[in-house]
Amino acid sequence: MSAADAIAEAPNVATPLPKRRPLFAAILFVLIALLPLAVTFGLPAHWMTLVTRAMIFAIAALSLDLILGVGGLVSFGHAAFIGIGAYATGILITEGRPEALLILPVILIACAIFGAITGAVSLRTRGVAFIMITLAFGQMAFFLAQALSAYGGDDGLTLPERSTVLGYDLFANRTRFFYVVLAALAGCYGLVSMIVASRFGRVLRASRENATRVTVTGFDVGRVRLIAYVISGMIAGLSGFFLANQTEFVSPAFMSWQRSGELIFMVVLGGTGSLHGAIVGAIAFLFAEDVLASWTEHWKAIFGPLIVLFVLFTRGGIVGILGKLAGRRDG
Amino acid sequence: MAEPVLTLDGVRKSFGALKVTDGVSLAVAPGELHALIGPNGAGKTTLVHQISGMLRPDTGTIRFRGADITALPPEKRARAGLARTFQITSTIASLSVLENVALSVQARATQPLALFRNAARDERLNGPAWKAVEAVGLAERAHVPAGRLSHGEKRALEIAMALTLEPAAILLDEPLAGVGREEGERLIALLKSLKGRYAMLLVEHDMEAVFALADTVSVLVYGRVIASGDPAVVRADPAVREAYLGEEG
Repeated sequence: MSAADAIAEAPNVATPLPKRRPLFAAILFVLIALLPLAVTFGLPAHWMTLVTRAMIFAIAALSLDLILGVGGLVSFGHAAFIGIGAYATGILITEGRPEALLILPVILIACAIFGAITGAVSLRTRGVAFIMITLAFGQMAFFLAQALSAYGGDDGLTLPERSTVLGYDLFANRTRFFYVVLAALAGCYGLVSMIVASRFGRVLRASRENATRVTVTGFDVGRVRLIAYVISGMIAGLSGFFLANQTEFVSPAFMSWQRSGELIFMVVLGGTGSLHGAIVGAIAFLFAEDVLASWTEHWKAIFGPLIVLFVLFTRGGIVGILGKLAGRRDG
Repeated sequence: MAEPVLTLDGVRKSFGALKVTDGVSLAVAPGELHALIGPNGAGKTTLVHQISGMLRPDTGTIRFRGADITALPPEKRARAGLARTFQITSTIASLSVLENVALSVQARATQPLALFRNAARDERLNGPAWKAVEAVGLAERAHVPAGRLSHGEKRALEIAMALTLEPAAILLDEPLAGVGREEGERLIALLKSLKGRYAMLLVEHDMEAVFALADTVSVLVYGRVIASGDPAVVRADPAVREAYLGEEG
């Protein structure tokens, strides 16, 4: 048609889209997988524990990045899901049921229910109100855990043993546990990547930028956000399972609002919305904490300003910086 | 005359004491291009918001394809085939032109929210999206992020997104606002090419465009329709000249 031809003549050159870098994530996982070998060649042995812990938090940060980075929903109560996962693990093991194939479905269902209820309420709001309501729900979970006097209350709960998988003691060995957590992290990364690239993910991304447009296009934005919120909570619950098994201890502090804040820092530090950024952010966060804490007990006084400076002067977090460096070398 | 696609009957909306829509009734027939004109502050955009479902009228009914849609949320109106564009262009800036249109195709697909299949390589979305992108003349720009388009191109993109909803009616809220002369002419040509195929309600300031395109013109002043009918008749109406056209000579 002539109108179409006329507009098609607009003198503009198509610009290529920025490429996604699954390569980056692959390199990252290979580097992590080589750590046990590197430790036998002289890296500090406590790095094994540290990186395992970092990977556990990376699972939670990754799940937060789905709603925060991709969906644009700043949840300040995400640690509640870690807590639910950890407490479900702790309570079931205490009651003599360490089987992971029982514990994991319980965690996923519990987190889905908690996410559906709190999400249905909090997603009625946006912006600061959303932050405040998710914070309030997080605190509710925190105080509920404190009130669980049968399971340690304020003091927390020491686990008599670790989980087993089909009766097999999979988590007893430190290296084995490390690889199980790595596999879980890689699996979660693959899952979340697929979701982001799906039809659902496209709608979620689009609704962060322009919810009105997505609505008049025919999508129920509230429903899309709720589904993302529930999925995100279920994945975070999984990290609670590993956290309880690593520390062999569960306490209300797992779901404190400070912990929720740390998760947000990890995502921002690594680079929001990129997914592998959340993993890098979690690792960087825990290493920075470890190094600074070894220098001085007032490490938080250094760490806080460092984070502020980092957020002020970098766009796109660590992943953004690495991407820029790689881009400069390419071109 | 055929049964109207879209009918407004006694629609009223007030913000406090201000009557923004004061008993508007109008009908758009299939294939008709119905222009809605009126001075600034006449309540044109508020009316479009009520038709598309972003605002709820206080009283009155809106019927679309024979069904009362007054209480229907906007996403359901869109799925029923009532598409709209915005006065201030509204696209997803970081998504490419093709992805924006594919998003719109997706809304009417059988599994609009499938969780795992890759969307970017989905030919069931990209195929129809390409057709719409070509129809509005954006094929050369298909892979450019919508945020980098010129103003007129964004308008064309919005129209492409509306077309993929397979609409029975399209609401066009000032598609020529802020568009340069040359791009404006292209858009007018595009709207002309769509004329007759879709029922369109065109809100527009540009009188030249309105009288070139419209089958019917309604004039909205202070929330009321003061005249409605054939463009030539409306243009000659003394009340209209006084209220609106007079200023332009």
